[in-house]
Amino acid sequence: MTVARRSRQDPPPELTDRELALRVREHVIRMAVGGGCFIGASLSCVELLVHLYRHVLRLGPDRLHDPDRDYLFLSKGHDVPALYGTLAELGYFPRQRLLRHLSPEDDLYWHPNRAVPGVEFHSGSLGHLLAVAIGVALDVRLRGGPNRVFVVLGDGELDEGSIWEGLLVASAQHLDRLVLVVDRNGLQANVRTEELVPLEPLRDKLEAFGCRVHMTEGHHFGALASAFARLPLAAGQPTAVVARTLRGKGLPSIEGRADRWFMRLTPEEAGELLAELHGRQRARLPAEPLVVR
Amino acid sequence: MSARSYEEVLAALARENPDLVVLTAENRAAIRGLPAILGPRFIDVGICEQTLVGAAAGLALRGRVPVVHALATFLTLRAFEFIRTDVGLPGLPVKLVGAVPGFLSEANGPTHQAIEDLALMRAIPGMQIVCPADEEELALGLPEVVASPAPTYLRFNAVPARVPHRTGFKLGEAEVHGSGSDVAILACGFLVGEAAAALELLLARGIEGRLVNLRTLAPLDRAAVLRAGEECDLVVTVEDHLRSGGLHAIVTGCLAEGAVTTGLLGLGLERWFKPAMLPDVLRHEGFTAPQLAQRVERALTRRGMSRGQTVVLGEQ
Repeated sequence: MTVARRSRQDPPPELTDRELALRVREHVIRMAVGGGCFIGASLSCVELLVHLYRHVLRLGPDRLHDPDRDYLFLSKGHDVPALYGTLAELGYFPRQRLLRHLSPEDDLYWHPNRAVPGVEFHSGSLGHLLAVAIGVALDVRLRGGPNRVFVVLGDGELDEGSIWEGLLVASAQHLDRLVLVVDRNGLQANVRTEELVPLEPLRDKLEAFGCRVHMTEGHHFGALASAFARLPLAAGQPTAVVARTLRGKGLPSIEGRADRWFMRLTPEEAGELLAELHGRQRARLPAEPLVVR
Repeated sequence: MSARSYEEVLAALARENPDLVVLTAENRAAIRGLPAILGPRFIDVGICEQTLVGAAAGLALRGRVPVVHALATFLTLRAFEFIRTDVGLPGLPVKLVGAVPGFLSEANGPTHQAIEDLALMRAIPGMQIVCPADEEELALGLPEVVASPAPTYLRFNAVPARVPHRTGFKLGEAEVHGSGSDVAILACGFLVGEAAAALELLLARGIEGRLVNLRTLAPLDRAAVLRAGEECDLVVTVEDHLRSGGLHAIVTGCLAEGAVTTGLLGLGLERWFKPAMLPDVLRHEGFTAPQLAQRVERALTRRGMSRGQTVVLGEQ
């Protein structure tokens, strides 16, 4: 398989990956105004999505119907604001459309809808899209195309039995076009994964289920470039990239907090968080914690 | 008339259509010969019904027509959310074939009794439901099921035919035998054969009826159901499924919406049935042809006292 190369859809060269990630975070914060969004879960995968869409995926707004394109399935669907922000910045749809987040006139709600350009499939119920991705990977093998199939999973999502069932099948079928990307932010809805249903040693578990595993820092573009530089990691095996991340990354006032998964912000609170994002001030803890699940 | 097996028809369809793929969760009873014929287009994922259905959705996203096999219970119960969310919601052309539904699970016991599968599949918008009466109708219907762009649940049944299928098969079209107006028996699946035999026994006792083989429950042949209600004194539903949510619910709902006044007798299950070999199951649960005939005749007698009203007739 070929080494990752830069997509033709790169935004203007003056925008670095870090700057693009900053813009995506701004979008995420704005999407938490009013009805709110899963802000903490979205902020942990911003670098992952920016890196994958910008440098790894053979995909772009003009390649959605290209039979040779790659696929990215967002199985951890509640982090979709990060995907919306990334797709809007990369030209899949106009940025102004993000202002219609939660509007009944559009399809931008708390979980992905495949009617939105660039969104591969709807998700939200955890543990589904590995199976769907396996189907796509099976067909890629049948037809003999160059496509690769990425699945972004939350670490809390790994509680679902369907994930481990899917890994058994992916491994049995030797689906080396399949790349699991685990957003290992250490938290599930309300608690730390290790305090509820421990996942560690996660690397050993994934390897025991037939994956070749790469552990990486999930907010460092250099580390991500190494992690996805050569795929698959091993012929005949699914690849799993486990990215150590931080819930709420970029906003010190909510970083790593179990009670900052979903937030509803007033415009003023969003303003404070945007200032904090740019390092101008530390926001007072905005919004009451909401227990959604 | 086709005398071919399900497997032969599916193999022929796969030869015609290179996009057809056959999946199974290690349920190969009806498709043992297909691996050799289909090669890599035969995919066995092992006992993983959720992955089975999700993968079928992924294959359909790439333009495939997946024909998916598993035991009806495990397919519709274990993988229900995958069917609803990954197949039903996007409306993908996945064909779900549920084996040994209803009484056909025989002595397996309640874990294997798919007696709520129709109710579950009805709850998914856009899902087609096909219940062939026998292997001949299964073979007749399969090409249309595969050609249809809609997700479809096929309640697999390959018992030998006991009624002739002269009119071919069309989704949404019932098959009507006879034109008597004392009673209409509306049945689906393998109980169509028992119902036909029961009507012959009733005819010998001077009761003239008709059989409506509702081989596709979705889309429903509403006209055939309404006609049965309008023209017959008594409408009887016969199903190896819970009465709630299945054939009885479909037929009574249709009649009520059509404001048709008639007598109703719903012969179905209230709970799990006694596990045994099929003839014993039928006898124990009251679904042999003589038992069905007797239950209908009793209902007609009670019906005689309440003509002209819609009455749901109990069996006491």
